[in-house]
Amino acid sequence: MSGPSKYQPTSAVGKWFHERLPIVAFAKDHMLDFPTPKNLNYFYTFGGILAVMLIVQIITGIVLVMHYTPQTDLAFNSVEHIMRDVNYGWLLRYMHMNGASMFFIAVYIHMFRGMYYGSYKAPREVLWMIGVIIYLVMMATAFMGYVLPWGQMSFWGAKVITNLFSAIPFVGDSVTTWLWGGYSVDNPTLNRFFSLHYLLPFVLAGLVALHIWALHVPGNTNPTGISIKGPQDTVPFHPYYTMKDGFAVVVFLMFYALFVFYGPNYMGDAVNYVPANPLSTPAHIKPEWYYLPFYAILRSVPDKLFGVIAMFSSILILLALPWLDTSKVRSGNYRPIFKGFFIVFAIVCVALGFIGSKPPEGSYVIWGRILTAYYFAHFIIILPLLGLLETPNPMPASISDDVLSKRRPMLAPAE
Amino acid sequence: MKKFATLLIVSSALFGGVALAEEGAKPAKGINFSFEGPFGKFDRAQLQRGYKVYKEVCSNCHSMKLMSFRNLADKGGPGFTEEQVKALAATFKVPASPNSAGEIVDRDGQPSDRFPSPYANTEAAVAANGAAPPDLSLITKAREGWHGTFNQLWNGIGGPQYVYSLLTGYEEPSAEMAKEKPDGKYYNPYFQAGPFISMPPPLADGLVTFDDGSPNTVDDMAKDVAAFLSWTAEPKMEERKQTGFEVLIYLAVLAGLMYFVKKKTWANVEH
Amino acid sequence: MSTAVDGNVNRRDFLMVATGAVAGVGAALVAWPFINQMNPDASVLALASVEVDLAPIAEGQAVTIKWRGNPLIVRHRTKAEIEDAKSVKIEDLKDPSARNANVKDSDQATDANRVVGGKEQFLVMLGVCTHLGCVPDGNNASREFAVVEGAIKTGGWFCPCHGSQYDTAGRIRKGPAPENLPVPPYKYLSDTKVVVG
Repeated sequence: MSGPSKYQPTSAVGKWFHERLPIVAFAKDHMLDFPTPKNLNYFYTFGGILAVMLIVQIITGIVLVMHYTPQTDLAFNSVEHIMRDVNYGWLLRYMHMNGASMFFIAVYIHMFRGMYYGSYKAPREVLWMIGVIIYLVMMATAFMGYVLPWGQMSFWGAKVITNLFSAIPFVGDSVTTWLWGGYSVDNPTLNRFFSLHYLLPFVLAGLVALHIWALHVPGNTNPTGISIKGPQDTVPFHPYYTMKDGFAVVVFLMFYALFVFYGPNYMGDAVNYVPANPLSTPAHIKPEWYYLPFYAILRSVPDKLFGVIAMFSSILILLALPWLDTSKVRSGNYRPIFKGFFIVFAIVCVALGFIGSKPPEGSYVIWGRILTAYYFAHFIIILPLLGLLETPNPMPASISDDVLSKRRPMLAPAE
Repeated sequence: MKKFATLLIVSSALFGGVALAEEGAKPAKGINFSFEGPFGKFDRAQLQRGYKVYKEVCSNCHSMKLMSFRNLADKGGPGFTEEQVKALAATFKVPASPNSAGEIVDRDGQPSDRFPSPYANTEAAVAANGAAPPDLSLITKAREGWHGTFNQLWNGIGGPQYVYSLLTGYEEPSAEMAKEKPDGKYYNPYFQAGPFISMPPPLADGLVTFDDGSPNTVDDMAKDVAAFLSWTAEPKMEERKQTGFEVLIYLAVLAGLMYFVKKKTWANVEH
Repeated sequence: MSTAVDGNVNRRDFLMVATGAVAGVGAALVAWPFINQMNPDASVLALASVEVDLAPIAEGQAVTIKWRGNPLIVRHRTKAEIEDAKSVKIEDLKDPSARNANVKDSDQATDANRVVGGKEQFLVMLGVCTHLGCVPDGNNASREFAVVEGAIKTGGWFCPCHGSQYDTAGRIRKGPAPENLPVPPYKYLSDTKVVVG
């Protein structure tokens, strides 16, 4: 993005407004004309999908709040009131509940895309780091949202996770009491989680704006990892990527609809349909699926404090990724050994999620530890070494060259 | 390294695909219900029979606080008429609002009233039964018939099957189990909290008579009441599946159109 | 977008227009549940009807019942109150319209049109002053207040907020209220029971 805006207001009103608040020019530059690499594949549509899911969650959330009561005696029944009595309440609730899972599916694909194509590398380090903060805020938002229906898992999940803070030396118990607003998870906790759950999505919207701003300074990466050399490498965002993203969003919505209408409780836990009972712990407490890998890491370390440190470190280490990966080559397409390790890493993450869903007994424990160790080794050992030792494959000179070289066999016109 | 990857893929698939049971709970019997599947619908007659079983047998100990009489006439449910619901509600007595002297007297039930509970509070329920009989409004969504990520994807979560299996699953314990069985409890391998349950077998052949002469063995009544409880847990299920069909058709059409729009947009660009 | 031959342009335009139309229809269909969720839900609608037992209301007494969140006045009128209401001429009324959901909108506010089924001894109306919504006070049996020259001096309702005065048929006679107290839809299930709403 460089140079003056291509927006030239034609009407008098347009000119008058543009001199005072150039928002139309801004929209034209960043949402319509923005030069985008022409070789982006469908993995690059997930940013747009995430923006749509954030809007879906905010809108469904706001209408749900019109009928929800954040009080321990009333919360569970207010959610059932939504499901049974409120016009289309069942739809709004299931959309919000499954929308959260869809949000995380999309964000994981988006993050793995970034890790494969080296989107975190210079000069996009801050873009990546804002992304990690967005991810952390998403996790906090979803955690607090899950508490609101006040089912058994809402209560006990809240209790387990807030208890983690008591591991902090010296101040742990005070911090936990402060979080709870009492001596246990109870009404004060529910009320403040409700307030913050309403607040954070708007913080997310602000972070997303910063995220896109940070992206638009250098512009998008692309599957070759080679920077844009000129206009021959790009197309304007509209209509090329508005239409491609639009198509991807509709397909994603079909996948979303399958869950909302035909499997709305598949990703959840049946025990959350039992009202919270502080005196009776469910047989297996586990968080929602998108936290399972981190839950496995937490439980892999036998010490309470170090387990907590390991869990938070496993996310915070992502912040260091731009510096841990020493390779001068951006895209995994030209890094055959990295590609292999990337696939292993992805499998390790899924396997950690599986371990997190199981009771911490028997062979699950040892596997959890092996996979946790490998997870950290990927960042601390493998990536730094790979950059120094790997010989990359030959790369094309530019985006256009890469596109043309793939197309050459089809350049002969066929009628 | 490739071997390690293969090992991980294979073990994930193995663990994910196997139907694992909780300790002490046998996986539920895999019977089918009319309302399962993307085009499933409730059998109205079955729901009415299931309501009769709830009313005459289960409601003596189990509350159903999320249901109102008027729900029995709702679309997608047992299909009672407004008159039937009004007459039924009037057979129950509910506490009215305090009168001018501050006393709470009973009045006839109205359709807008909730189903009455057998006990005034949890303590009374425990005192009468040894353990609190759970509220049944959501029971088929609050229980899993079996486990396993892929198992639940193909076969559903098995809530109704859990209820059916529990009701038909009482049996004589083996000698070993009989030794472990606490007094006053019963042996049922399908019970999710271990094989010893405080509830005595609630059903017996012929316990409830259906006006249309439908079969009333334990097996039939268990199926009927499991279906009824599936409706109380999800009264909007038929509407949900119907809307889902319409939404997916719409999205498929829109996806097709967007696909061609995208292709046409990109027609002249090498990419 | 690059230019194209005429035929291609028409095909592409049709595709764009069709897609835009389908997307627009979808947007409207999606918007509907979000708008409709604010409409009264099933539990509110279920309480929209209330049955009133008239037997315990003695002559000269009234009860006030909550109906759709508002006070509903049910008064068993005395013969004197009914005679006085009937003696009022329509021309003397501030609001000549019946304001009774059970009769035609155009009907006038005769005493007969303020009740239902010819059962003139029972007056059923919403106790919400048509000025700004306060609840008028009906304990006027012994209270004297000036209405109009020669009209009944006791009975009826008096609104304490701004002084509106309603007669024994609930019709506005004096004060800032513009309309007679509204009579909701109701019918007799038996001689001693009505269902309102």
